[in-house]
Amino acid sequence: MIEVKNITKLYDPEGNSFLALDGVSFTIKDGEFVAIMGPSGSGKSTLMHILGALDTPTSGTYFLDGKDVSSLSDDELADIRRDKIGFVFQSFNLLPRSTVLRNVMLPLIYSGVGEVERDRRAREALHASGLDETHFTHLSNQLSGGQIQRVAISRALVNNPSLILADEPTGNLDSKTGEIVLGTFQKLNEEFGRTIILITHEPDVAEHADRIIVIRDGKITEDSKNHKKKDAVHELAKIESLKK
Amino acid sequence: MTIFDILHETYSAIFANKVRSGLTMLGIVIGISSVIAMLSIGQGAQNSIQSSIQSIGSNLVLITPGAQRGPGVQVSAGRGSAKTLTMSDVDAIKAEVTNIKAIAPEVSGRYQVTASGQNTNTTVTGTVPDYQSVRNVSVAEGTFITEQNLQAGSKVAVIGPNVRDDLYGEGADVIGKKIRINKIDFTIIGITVAKGGTGFGSQDDLIWVPITTAQRMLSGDEYVTTISVQAPDADSTTDIQMQITDLLTLKHNIKNGVLDFSVLNQADIAATATSITQIFTILLGSVAGISLVVGGIGIMNMMLTTVTERTREIGLRKAIGAKKRDISLQFLIEAMMLTFIGGAIGIILGWLISFGINYSGLIATQVSWFSIILSFTVSAFIGIVFGYYPARRAAGLNPIDALKYE
Repeated sequence: MIEVKNITKLYDPEGNSFLALDGVSFTIKDGEFVAIMGPSGSGKSTLMHILGALDTPTSGTYFLDGKDVSSLSDDELADIRRDKIGFVFQSFNLLPRSTVLRNVMLPLIYSGVGEVERDRRAREALHASGLDETHFTHLSNQLSGGQIQRVAISRALVNNPSLILADEPTGNLDSKTGEIVLGTFQKLNEEFGRTIILITHEPDVAEHADRIIVIRDGKITEDSKNHKKKDAVHELAKIESLKK
Repeated sequence: MTIFDILHETYSAIFANKVRSGLTMLGIVIGISSVIAMLSIGQGAQNSIQSSIQSIGSNLVLITPGAQRGPGVQVSAGRGSAKTLTMSDVDAIKAEVTNIKAIAPEVSGRYQVTASGQNTNTTVTGTVPDYQSVRNVSVAEGTFITEQNLQAGSKVAVIGPNVRDDLYGEGADVIGKKIRINKIDFTIIGITVAKGGTGFGSQDDLIWVPITTAQRMLSGDEYVTTISVQAPDADSTTDIQMQITDLLTLKHNIKNGVLDFSVLNQADIAATATSITQIFTILLGSVAGISLVVGGIGIMNMMLTTVTERTREIGLRKAIGAKKRDISLQFLIEAMMLTFIGGAIGIILGWLISFGINYSGLIATQVSWFSIILSFTVSAFIGIVFGYYPARRAAGLNPIDALKYE
């Protein structure tokens, strides 16, 4: 359960103050799949940083599972990120020297989970995001873009977070691979009841979510249920047929 | 994050850049190994000088004639040739100085020595039976000069092993044979045990005869060239030294304060030698220490590069929940691991260098536990000091900026 109330974020680089977020409020219930959409410079990245407990708002409150995150210290924010949030980045950010399993385990290492349990949960998360078992012991730089992003999704899942935050997860992928990744999100949301926030500037991508929040110039301009939700499996089939 | 996990991360980070890690470690390896090798050379030099000093006897006070010169005093003859000490001085010391264990006067001079057609020039020392215990001389075959020889002024000689080797051939049986010193025949009654070279000339080259015989037949006068007094322990040597100085000053009727003899304390000689070798060791050690510091700077340089290169990784780790402490610990341990491995290799290499020098016979080096513990501590310390700044820099990165870093 996410409750954002009247959040503002003021950047002040050398006197030129800039209001990146201006009174943003919304609530996201557990199990929702929400897309936050907006052009670059709209404040969606700033919002994502605050939702992801990477940054704190200048004013306003942000409750994550009933806990006020808006005024925590650096180390307390690190705890929130570790226990409640899973990140998926546009540029994947896997450790190239480590195996797929090790990459997925990484959050568990920081939360002090024992080695046997780590391995079990990492495998479970990789199965959930649909990566083939033969790739588990590969180094992450031996995989394709779609596979890499599914490893990254598994990593975001492994800590059993309250919220998965995906920042332009398809930005570096071709449309077919993008659909596979979006399909993974849909599956996680529908089958496993995961709360997912998808941040994107592409309407095509946003339309895979159940609800779309549009942000522009630091303000929410639209917040509505997505009536023409795209099904990734169906979209993928369309792409395949176009090729032929 | 357990220590095992940190070590796993460290291991993969160090091995991801084998060449760079290796070269960085090399700095520490060279630093540590040179510290160990240099200190072992210093220690070896100190030991060999000390053993030289100890080999002339223990707890000695040595009295030699004519040493000190005051201003305005006529230049006197060299120390060895000045004749100011006599047997009556020896008797006076024996009678009046308290707490002495033994006293051994000697008359030394170089003479031509011939035997079985061979000839050599060596030092002949006339002395008393006590000399054997005072100056640590052991007899391998036969006996040393006896009281009876002394009383009778017998023409007997105890020779060093080198003298025997030179004149009769190696390992020859010479007891009872004649040896001609300064054209006078002596009978050999003993051979001393080889001691090897010492800092004061090899004792293996000497010939000993009774002092009475030496004074009558060789030097032809009453004088003695050295009086060795043995104290019961190292602490009383200073007291004995002062007593002798006072006694001889009075006895020689010296009023202007310029002594015609000098009294050397073996403990002082040893202390002086030790302080010289210590300075020598510190000098060598500090030169090596500089290379260790340079190695440490190499570590810091590499760690700073690593932190910059891995900015995104640091950002990611922070995003998924790593605290500042986790990040700084990871980089600190990486730096420490580099110095630790470098230090361990350096200790082995230093030991090998020291062993090699020892084996080559240049100097009997000795690797001390102190130098190993010191260099290990120093390398761990360098790891912490030079790893701290890069680690702090890594930990202080803002995760948002770090994730965007290209």
